[in-house]
Amino acid sequence: MTRHTRVAIIGSGPAGLTAAIYTARANLNPIVIEGEISSTSDQPGGQLMLTTEIENFPGFINGIDGPELMSNFRAQAERFGAEFHTAKVTRVDASNRPFAIWTSDQGDGDASYLADAIIVATGARSIMLGVDREIELIGHGVSTCATCDGFFFRGQEIAVVGGGDSAMEEATFLTKFATKVHIIHRRSELRASKIMQDRARANPKISFSWNSRVVELIGGDALEGVVLEDTVTGERSKLGVTGLFVAIGHEPNTAVFEGMLDMDSAKYIVTHDGTRTSVEGIFACGDVQDHIYRQAITAAGSGCMAALDTERWLESVHAG
Amino acid sequence: MIVLRDTSFDEALLTNDLLLVDFWAEWCGPCKMIAPILEEIGKEKAGILEIGKLDVDDNMNTARRFEVMSIPTLILFKKGEPVLRLVGARSKSALMREIETYL
Repeated sequence: MTRHTRVAIIGSGPAGLTAAIYTARANLNPIVIEGEISSTSDQPGGQLMLTTEIENFPGFINGIDGPELMSNFRAQAERFGAEFHTAKVTRVDASNRPFAIWTSDQGDGDASYLADAIIVATGARSIMLGVDREIELIGHGVSTCATCDGFFFRGQEIAVVGGGDSAMEEATFLTKFATKVHIIHRRSELRASKIMQDRARANPKISFSWNSRVVELIGGDALEGVVLEDTVTGERSKLGVTGLFVAIGHEPNTAVFEGMLDMDSAKYIVTHDGTRTSVEGIFACGDVQDHIYRQAITAAGSGCMAALDTERWLESVHAG
Repeated sequence: MIVLRDTSFDEALLTNDLLLVDFWAEWCGPCKMIAPILEEIGKEKAGILEIGKLDVDDNMNTARRFEVMSIPTLILFKKGEPVLRLVGARSKSALMREIETYL
């Protein structure tokens, strides 16, 4: 059965949940389509569900766990009347208002919701390496979740691929278990923030493989090593590791909006005048429209902006 | 729902025709998300399917024996033999789709 709602929020990371808190407090009774449970960042709560301690979210002097922070956000939104639907959005029809939204638990028949306004907060997900057998070896040495799997690599030698903050965080975290953590990076310098770099460089268990990319995974039922290619000389070498954690960057979750909302060349949604998209009545916030800052606090900030923009737009449409 | 340990694991395999073992730990976020789903499935399929919880922190031998390297991992045992292995959290409907053929 199709339900009408004033505001549908798609996504439930810091951006979506902040938009939910604000629109709920404005009595707009938002429905948050929060996603489906998974072990990737594409899940209710988003990327923070796979992190451990967050040290830089203002207000938490001693830090807070990612999942705990997201569960607080959600409870706060619920307290003001936001409603949650655990499903993924499979299709949006923005050709008419109200907009029609289909969800993964309803099939292709009637739309699940008709929404006067939509806030898109679907975030971004980790990019995989794209080498042979990578997916097959998830759970057998290849991991997308250091906090879930680090424990199993106690006493072993492992590698983290990437040069950003998340790669440094994962590598540092993983030294709690592993005897040695190799950071494999395709350039000769890191793009991680100074504090994260310093922490990784000072850790005696961490070593760096510069100008290197993973071209092959070695092993039968479980990972035994990787083949690295030097990005300058093209020379190949083997590195014996039983675990490989991939943290090479992100891509936005925008597949459902292709051809509907203006996007940049990397498929991030383009916003203008605050959080407005190319379709009137659809707003975007968080990592789905930001590949520069990508912080919990900036996502939350833009979620607040989207909520205020939506509220004002709904008022102007009703007044006019 | 039964709590499994290294010491009681083999006995549980003998006494349950169909046992779905959840390899989990307190520090694993995705494990927490599927815990209530497994509880529901356990109630709905009572008498047909038993759910067993194995905390890998305290029962590393069993986790190692079944080569668990990522959690949550769910292994379905039919008459003591592993017949299905699922790595990673998923929704209730996706989980049921996988398990259904063995019920």
